[in-house]
Amino acid sequence: MKSILLLEDGTYIEGRGFGAEGITYGEVVFTTGMVGYPESLTDPSYRGQILIMTHPLIGNYGVPNIMISKNGIPLHYESDRIQVSGFIINKLMRGSHWTSMMELDEWLKRENIPGMEEVDTRALVKKIREYGVMMGALIVGETEKDMDEILEKIREMRYDKIRFIDQASPKHIITYETEKWNKKVIVVDTGVKYGILREFLKRRFNIIRIPYKMDPINAFESFKADCILFGNGPGNPALLNDLIEKAKNVIEYGVPTMGICLGCQILALADGADIYKLKYGHRGVNKPVKDLKTGKALITTQNHGYAIKAETLDRFKVWMINIDDNSVEAIFHKDKPIIATQFHPEASPGPLDSNWLFDLFTRIVDGGYHGV
Amino acid sequence: MVSKVIILGSGAIKVGEAAEFDYSGSQALKALNEEGIETILVNPNVATIQTSHEMSDKVYFLPLKPGFVEKVIEREKPDALLIGFGGQTALSLGVTLYKSNVLKKYGVKVLGTSIEGVEKALDRKKFRRLMIENSLPTPPGKSAVNVDEALELVESIKFPVVVRVSFNLGGRGSYIAWNKEEFKNYITRAFAQSGIGEVSIEKYLYHWKEIEFEVVEDKEGNAVAVACLENLDPMGVHTGDSIVIAPCQTLTNREYQILRSAAIKVAEAIGLIGECNVQLALDPKSEKFYIIETNPRMSRSSALASKATGYPLAYIATKLALNHTLDELINGVTGVTTAFFEPSLDYVVVKIPRWDLDKFENVNKRVNTEMKSIGEVMAIGRTLHEAFQKAIRMCDIGDELIGKYYEKNESLNIVMERLRNYQPYILMHIAKALKLGAKIEEIYRITGVDPFYLYIVNELIEMAEELRNNTDEEFINKAKKYGFSDWQINFLTNRKLGRKSSPFVKQIDTLAGEFPAKTNYLYTTYNAQENDISYMKGKPKILILGAGTFRIGVSVEFDWAVVNFAKSVRRRGYETIILNYNPETVSTDWDINDKLYFEEITLERILDIYKSEMPEGIVAFSGGQLANSLAKKLEQNGVKFLGTSGVYIDIAEDRAKFSRLLENLNIKQPPWIEAKNINEVLSFADEVGFPLIIRPSYVLSGTVMKIVENERELNKYLSLAAEVSPEYPVVVSKFMDAMEAEVDAVSDGEKVVGVTLEHIEKAGVHSGDSTMVTPTRYLRRDDLKKMHEIALELALTLGIKGPFNLQYLINQDVYVLELNLRSSRSMPFSSKSRGVNLMELSAQAVFDGNLSIGELNKYYEVPAEAYAIKTPQFSWAQLQNAYPFLSAEMRSTGEVASLGSKFEDALLKSWLSAEPNRIPEGDILIYDYNKSKALDDALKILRRLDYHIFTLEDSLTSGDQISEEKAIKLLRIGGFDLVMTDGYAKEKDYKIRRMSADLNIPLVLDGNLAYELSKAFAWIKKENFEVKELGEYYKIPIRVNTVKTFSENLG
Repeated sequence: MKSILLLEDGTYIEGRGFGAEGITYGEVVFTTGMVGYPESLTDPSYRGQILIMTHPLIGNYGVPNIMISKNGIPLHYESDRIQVSGFIINKLMRGSHWTSMMELDEWLKRENIPGMEEVDTRALVKKIREYGVMMGALIVGETEKDMDEILEKIREMRYDKIRFIDQASPKHIITYETEKWNKKVIVVDTGVKYGILREFLKRRFNIIRIPYKMDPINAFESFKADCILFGNGPGNPALLNDLIEKAKNVIEYGVPTMGICLGCQILALADGADIYKLKYGHRGVNKPVKDLKTGKALITTQNHGYAIKAETLDRFKVWMINIDDNSVEAIFHKDKPIIATQFHPEASPGPLDSNWLFDLFTRIVDGGYHGV
Repeated sequence: MVSKVIILGSGAIKVGEAAEFDYSGSQALKALNEEGIETILVNPNVATIQTSHEMSDKVYFLPLKPGFVEKVIEREKPDALLIGFGGQTALSLGVTLYKSNVLKKYGVKVLGTSIEGVEKALDRKKFRRLMIENSLPTPPGKSAVNVDEALELVESIKFPVVVRVSFNLGGRGSYIAWNKEEFKNYITRAFAQSGIGEVSIEKYLYHWKEIEFEVVEDKEGNAVAVACLENLDPMGVHTGDSIVIAPCQTLTNREYQILRSAAIKVAEAIGLIGECNVQLALDPKSEKFYIIETNPRMSRSSALASKATGYPLAYIATKLALNHTLDELINGVTGVTTAFFEPSLDYVVVKIPRWDLDKFENVNKRVNTEMKSIGEVMAIGRTLHEAFQKAIRMCDIGDELIGKYYEKNESLNIVMERLRNYQPYILMHIAKALKLGAKIEEIYRITGVDPFYLYIVNELIEMAEELRNNTDEEFINKAKKYGFSDWQINFLTNRKLGRKSSPFVKQIDTLAGEFPAKTNYLYTTYNAQENDISYMKGKPKILILGAGTFRIGVSVEFDWAVVNFAKSVRRRGYETIILNYNPETVSTDWDINDKLYFEEITLERILDIYKSEMPEGIVAFSGGQLANSLAKKLEQNGVKFLGTSGVYIDIAEDRAKFSRLLENLNIKQPPWIEAKNINEVLSFADEVGFPLIIRPSYVLSGTVMKIVENERELNKYLSLAAEVSPEYPVVVSKFMDAMEAEVDAVSDGEKVVGVTLEHIEKAGVHSGDSTMVTPTRYLRRDDLKKMHEIALELALTLGIKGPFNLQYLINQDVYVLELNLRSSRSMPFSSKSRGVNLMELSAQAVFDGNLSIGELNKYYEVPAEAYAIKTPQFSWAQLQNAYPFLSAEMRSTGEVASLGSKFEDALLKSWLSAEPNRIPEGDILIYDYNKSKALDDALKILRRLDYHIFTLEDSLTSGDQISEEKAIKLLRIGGFDLVMTDGYAKEKDYKIRRMSADLNIPLVLDGNLAYELSKAFAWIKKENFEVKELGEYYKIPIRVNTVKTFSENLG
């Protein structure tokens, strides 16, 4: 099946289509993670984006069975569906694995997501590296539409202007219970990854996922919760004034709070800080971070296109930085039990080296101040 | 502060320890040099690149044994010792020196991981305990320290079991037993192969996946898993003999992270500072896993991982041992990011081992827990299809993954039998089985190779079958993406389609393109749409062809030639481009070249690179036979060669043409014939008489080249071993009982500069298996004069420009055996034995037009200041069941050398440098069914030294005569410290020779050598060994630092 990728700068690339037929639009981004395509595809933070994976062979272990789960959460997924708008790879492989329930191609078909293979992904990465992220369209199969027409549409669309969290956040409260639970966490859900929920459940938290439009403090009180989490999610945080206001209140309220990725940016914005867009984002599972408190270095999973301007922080302090470009990777509140990371301590996909942050947060919930 | 460091090398190349330690040692030396630390290298491997004053301040060619190293420590008084860069040999030696308090005595500290940590890693009992303490799973099993205990323990573990050996190399002695009988059969041998007499008996994890992680950790506890390597072969195949894929392909993220975390925990548990390799087993049907082992040192895998990822592990490990932290070291590829990261690959890498088992009689060819391969290749592609096909081509076995063997008419049963017996090059058997109708599930059941990989091979055969009838351009282009070569396409389509499209060039940059890279490390792929590099006009370029995969006869000595020649080229202001694909080597270290193509050395690929790079010329003579054999074809394709012209190379290589040349020049040669049928062989035998040397062009069952003594042997040989026909002729030559000698030389077409080498072993022993002495001892002055005149005459006649090697037979007269118009196996030795560099001289010949030493129209012998002796290293112990003997076919895997003012001193040091040689303390077995004078004399000398000598009935007359059975019994209980014999007597003494090899008892297989060694044993009773570094024999040349430093990469 024929397939075309069109970028806003006019780049036109042909490949072989797979998955669903049709046209999809989105911001074209790449991740350099070599394993974990099911986790990446289902990560709600990728909403509105066409994802390129730089690892050359994808589909190797098929699609893990969604029934392999714990506490009602599947172990190989970050949400119940594919979240990316389109998927671009070098080579689609026939999978073989005991967990697999179908081939990747079939999964994309079922979820109506177009995919494209036999693409020089490295050439694309180099282009994005040079020009920055771009909007694009992925066309799989025949289309009657004129390329100029599509290009015009691409150029009209602005990823930064769209509130993707409205697509990613649930409509109702969702709860998860674990055996021998002893704490509760309110998750302000802007598209939270299952990985984060799994980490809390592992530490005997019951989870209350609330739509981000609900008031977290209300929920905290009515559920008699112990802490609040601002989780990850897609899109431009600067568009989310309503959420930022809520975060201000939460900071003021002063209960143990954790932020991850978008959540970290929201807390920083609530602190009055500025954010900026990175040229082509940090997306991968090999990202070096330095803990300025201990001097120790960590390999982390990252998936963010925006970053915090360190010098604009007020009550928060910079805790960790990215070793490659010195961008802010974690912050803590000077006198409230609040910590936040720009990277993903739950990884998924990626190394578990920063998993201890959930242990630290558990101790904060148990004992009050973070002591960072 | 550390200011002076001794670094231990790995000694001779043997199965399990090869050039990867030349690479890691060289990187370590570079890292030390950058810090201004004085370096002292102890390594008798004369063929290596590291053993030169360009790399190291001082070089000791001495045995890697505690006594010798202690003497070096005493002389040099270093601050510290580096033991992690010379393989298991260096690591075990370091532990011994520590435990015997030598290090304490001289106040020498061990850099990097502590000895306690090393011991915990290598001692199976301690390791198991450590894993339990750290809640890390190990396979059910126990350790034993003697045979009785082992037999008792095995009762408590369910069969099948795998026996692993503590402190050993290449899985030596390890095996899988499916029942008690099998277990009993090999347990003694297992104990003999352990450095500390300990084995572990574990449940055999049949068909589990084998995964390796390369972990680096600094003194602050910052750790990264630089690479994940997946073995295509399941557990039970030694990782050195496994096809290895990087990065891992069949793991889910969960599996990957569980194993990665465990690997880092293992590193933390042993207190790693530097680099280690962690091997894990994963259940293919659940997330259950076990830790198998760790090697807290640079290893074959770490060399592979460095080349696969572009992350220089040995260099970084050295810096970590010097107390740097990962986040302060810069990633040279980007110049902005640090060494604290995990490389992301946007390509795949396949390593395939290179076996050479056909050269060994009786050898067990099954690929199993003991490593047997002697080389490896690494192929890079953007798909595994492409990489698999490249890798088989790189093995240089005269075939393709889908090629002649695939097409050869055989039944499925035969092919399935090969799969059941797990024969080398398993991918070729899988392809053929699939073509013949085998089911993927069945192949998986038999081999344990994951279906993911079988699907790929299946797609390749589907493509091959379609190629037979579909030659549309679009389809041919698709075939190229699947890694099919032009040759394959022509072969399968059965027509000549001419040159197809060229591949794209991509960079290896450690970061999947995320950051701009300044890397010069390249590969080619058809699965791309653009080149990563542009070809700009700059400095003139020279393309140097590497030696490719190592095999018997081609080893690190050719890498020495390539690297040294490249350095000389670079000094002359050229941009040097190296083409090679052997991941073990220094020549494939992107840090030392201007540009590196990690690619096939095939006509097709060379022409692609030649076309785009437009070099001034190609150099083939340093890479040995592989590169040289392409010379003629390349020249026909318009490629410009540097050095001796391809036409003359062809004359030297073509027996008939060379023979005619010798006749014209009145140079003598042993009579020979190329026979196309048996009658021709017989009438030649009538004419010249026996013995004869026969070399067939078609080989069956391992019998390759042989000396036959009489008509009966000749007939037997012809009926059993070789087909003789016009299509498969045999070369028969008169065998002359004479002395062998050779000249390694360089000519600029007008003069010759050379080094003359004399063999100790009698004629008929392959030059690569001979002990070489220089300066010569027995050759008459007249003979030498004649040899040198011949060398000059041939050089002038052929217009030789560059290196050459000439081999002679000398009895009453001087005969020429062969001429090689290229670098030779012995050139690093002849260079170092005389304090010259024949590769630099070759560069003078090629680029400067004349040699800086010597005289017009004269042969000039470089003067000797000391005796230098080169000893071959055999790997009999590793090659299960192989019959140890010397003949015209080469079987050694490596070599060592030593220098000394006295011949005996040099000989003994050199001999002791090869494993498992040691000076006998107890009894000696000497026998020779041919009752040669040499062994008889050796026996007499040794008896005078108060050794108790045994001999076999019906062999020598003096000594205590015992039966073969008695000899075997004594051997088994450690009754002999040395076995000396000669010739070939497989029917009679197979068990004696084999058991000596299995039990690590030194074996001397030639009478002349036995005689010279006996005299040396007598000498050492009265004298002491000379301990001097190379520069004390030869003035140290000024150090020319042409090696680009890691930090220079920044700019």
